[in-house]
Amino acid sequence: MTNHWVDFKNTDVALICGSNCAENHPVSFAWLQQARDKRGAKIISVDPRFTRTSARADLYCPIRSGTNTAFYGGMINYILENERFHREYVLHYSNAASIIRDDFEFDPETGLYSGYDEIKGAYTDRASWGYARDAEGKVRKDPTMQDPRSVFQIMKRHYSRYTLEVVAQTCGAPLDKLREVYELFTSTGQVGKAGSIMYAMGQTQFTSGSQNVRCMAIIQTLLGNMGLPGGGVNALRGHSNVQGSTDMACLFHLIPGYMPCPTTATPTLEAYNATTPAPPAYWSNRPKWIASLLKAWWGDAATPENDFVYDYLPKAQAGKNYSHLALFENMYNNIDLEGLFCWGQNPVVSGPNSLMETKGMENLKWLVCLDPFETETAAFWKRPGADPATINTEVFLLPVTTFLEKEGTVTHSGRLLQYRWKAVDGPGNVRQESFILDRLAKRVKALYATSDKPQDAIIKTLTWDYPDPLANHPAFIDAVMREINGKFVATGKLVPGFGALQDDGSTSCGNWIYSGMYTEELGNRTQNRVLDDPGGWGAHPGWGFSWPANRRIIYNRASADPAGNPWSEDRKYLWWDGTRWTGYDVPDFAPTMPPSAPLGAKPFIMVTERESRIFSNLNDGPMPEHYEPVESPTHNVFNRRQNNPAYFAGADGNKSLGNIDKYPIICSTWRVCEHWHTGALSRNMPWLAELMPASFVEISEELAREKGIKSRDMVELVSARGKARALAMVTPRARVFEINGRSVHQVGLTWHYGFQGLVTGDIANNLTPHVGDANTMIPEYKAFLVDVRKVTL
Amino acid sequence: MKLSRRNLLKLAGAGTTAVAAGGLGFDVATARAATSELRIARAREFPSVCCFCSGGCGVIAQVVDGKLVQCEGDPDNPSNRGSNCSKGAAVEQTHHNDQRVTNVMYRAPGARNWQIRSWDWAIDQIAKRVKDTRDRTFQTNSGDVTVNRTEAIASLGSSILNNEDLYLITKFMRGLGVSYIEHQARI
Repeated sequence: MTNHWVDFKNTDVALICGSNCAENHPVSFAWLQQARDKRGAKIISVDPRFTRTSARADLYCPIRSGTNTAFYGGMINYILENERFHREYVLHYSNAASIIRDDFEFDPETGLYSGYDEIKGAYTDRASWGYARDAEGKVRKDPTMQDPRSVFQIMKRHYSRYTLEVVAQTCGAPLDKLREVYELFTSTGQVGKAGSIMYAMGQTQFTSGSQNVRCMAIIQTLLGNMGLPGGGVNALRGHSNVQGSTDMACLFHLIPGYMPCPTTATPTLEAYNATTPAPPAYWSNRPKWIASLLKAWWGDAATPENDFVYDYLPKAQAGKNYSHLALFENMYNNIDLEGLFCWGQNPVVSGPNSLMETKGMENLKWLVCLDPFETETAAFWKRPGADPATINTEVFLLPVTTFLEKEGTVTHSGRLLQYRWKAVDGPGNVRQESFILDRLAKRVKALYATSDKPQDAIIKTLTWDYPDPLANHPAFIDAVMREINGKFVATGKLVPGFGALQDDGSTSCGNWIYSGMYTEELGNRTQNRVLDDPGGWGAHPGWGFSWPANRRIIYNRASADPAGNPWSEDRKYLWWDGTRWTGYDVPDFAPTMPPSAPLGAKPFIMVTERESRIFSNLNDGPMPEHYEPVESPTHNVFNRRQNNPAYFAGADGNKSLGNIDKYPIICSTWRVCEHWHTGALSRNMPWLAELMPASFVEISEELAREKGIKSRDMVELVSARGKARALAMVTPRARVFEINGRSVHQVGLTWHYGFQGLVTGDIANNLTPHVGDANTMIPEYKAFLVDVRKVTL
Repeated sequence: MKLSRRNLLKLAGAGTTAVAAGGLGFDVATARAATSELRIARAREFPSVCCFCSGGCGVIAQVVDGKLVQCEGDPDNPSNRGSNCSKGAAVEQTHHNDQRVTNVMYRAPGARNWQIRSWDWAIDQIAKRVKDTRDRTFQTNSGDVTVNRTEAIASLGSSILNNEDLYLITKFMRGLGVSYIEHQARI
């Protein structure tokens, strides 16, 4: 989130699209209700299904799964056609006035931008997407935004094709509702108003998921909604610490703090640092952060002379994919993998095309699962239909503590770190994950102690000198937190923040974005429980620690106009007082840089332009364009390219896709409040298991009549990948969509169930396709095709 | 500085009732009397954060003699102000739960059942598997580039762990040369 949970109380209009937050993030709705009660705020729900969120919204508009880009493209067009944008904000804070190179093209017939290689299925030459530059190399600008090559005019031409009529036909949305949504949300383009966009997996789990998110960034920039209380692009993230696990880079393409993982394309530290974004991007400080990370990991072995043992960091093969989809495809095809650690993850239930992925696990030599319960993943070798005698995988199931039984921090969706104190010991012989990591790392290091191979020096010299976690767990966590925060190497004292980090080996830091959470002066700030709320915006700067630098709303310089005054007194949040930036939050800006300085009116500090990028550079294009989901019930009417030109098909992806003739019904998956994801915890908790004991599929009254299905009938869903049974729930919440002149049903089912636990059910991901987003490789879980039939028992 | 209500209650317990009562706007002594018969009256309170969604809702665990007697929403936590959803209200069952695995379990190749093993044995065996796989599959070079990696070990998870555990997973796995590092954020 750019903003945070409490901040929803400050919004004038909340657009909830791709999230059922009343059900799945209930805490958000308390604040939305307060916004409605105290500010007269309006709530919009856009969703294929009439959800609990829709029931609490002021305005509901249905759209078919997989048409978010079309929906948002229509809104961009509405904003530009009707002059609903915040002109001064757009002119000064975005790249709308920048001129794009003459050789950039978009062909509305083919749906392709310049630089596409059809054989490789990728934009291999993106040079034409660059800015036009003057003789001095500066980006050319047209402050009138009238130049036909300006980003503003390119955008205007591009989205002029996204008329209300075409969007309504593609999305299957009632035209009047669509117009109402556009009219209401774009009212926040007025100075003094703020609109928030809230989303979840209903935006990201598509082959064009990244472009859906780009759409939101463009809209919020056009409306001047970034950096203000009540505004922002707000991802309502999943697990309790999915923000933290992302920050800590448990992802193949990253190392901690969103630095890219080194690859064979960056074989030396010099080559790695050469990929650092150019100044004045704040990212240009990256060499300090990588040097400090290497010092934290390899201590005295890392020196300026040996490039801080940059060689010790594993280099991924450039261009090779190591993401979840590729990992399981390779496992299935017996490529690469022998051993797998599952540190509290249950991919048998949560992975796409589960039957294929689980079969692939049989090729593992060994599997280590850490979980408080015996999950479907730990028990994959005895799953229904499998013969354990033929499965030669060794499985270690290590029983771990749950959250009340251990010490440490979690980071919520609003980037807030909060400390959790251990309350009780866990039952029996359970252990904390950190105990297991500590013992395992020490044991592996001991096994290598006598080796003199150069490659083994990597693990031998990896720093691992923490207090014993079994004897004193808080002391262990404290030491790890200090390492993450960063220290001055010479004194061992904590650094006050990432601004103190250096690239000369004098500082160490495990994760630069968390630096400042623990300082000599202020102590462990994640433990803070002060409730002060200066300004009344709900920022609560004394409660926990919000990365980066305890900022509660990022890009908050944009809450003031170029001259440094609040855009409106009603939304006074951060301003220039004549000598420094002041207000109710930590400035996301150099604290004493005056508005009159050359960069003084450029709030988007992370990137070289210091502007919000309406025109950007993703694998599938510089601006979002609608393509159909890989399994779609219709043809793409915006261009002739049916699917995203760069989506991740993988080696196996195209082998198991279905079409409308055999699988005529759109399907999606969703959650209920009473369960959590794969149910690994919640299906083992008696109250929750009793509250929601079975999987169900929501079916429209029309489809039920057509198929002779009644509520509580057992039905079977079939896709090109597999089958899943669930109870039928016949309801007007599910509907028929009129799409490009054809009626198409959409159904959806809960995906919490598996074959273990107190309550069980078929795995919904037996149905989902093994294809992914062009940039993130997130699977397209939310739009695929099935057929539905009644099961006669 | 505005102290949280919980802090004030603790202060009140330490004999500063007058100060606390002034700040609270109600008579702490009466409130304490009314709650003295409750099972949480002698409880020590541990602030925590719910383990389910990313809402960061505060939960307070109440412990008597080392036993968890109750969990409730943390009224001071700015995100949830004491309220919890159906999952948050049930978190004590993550602790009190007959379904918990309480011993190290091992399943041998081709076996139909688990066997109970010790921690020492399991750590030793896993460390040996890691070393064996790493040593057989380690690539020091790809062409003329130093890569120092193994592509035979993968790490999945987890967004339910604490930051400190996650940091150590990344550090340990990268230290071993692992490239296949993924978790729920991708899926």
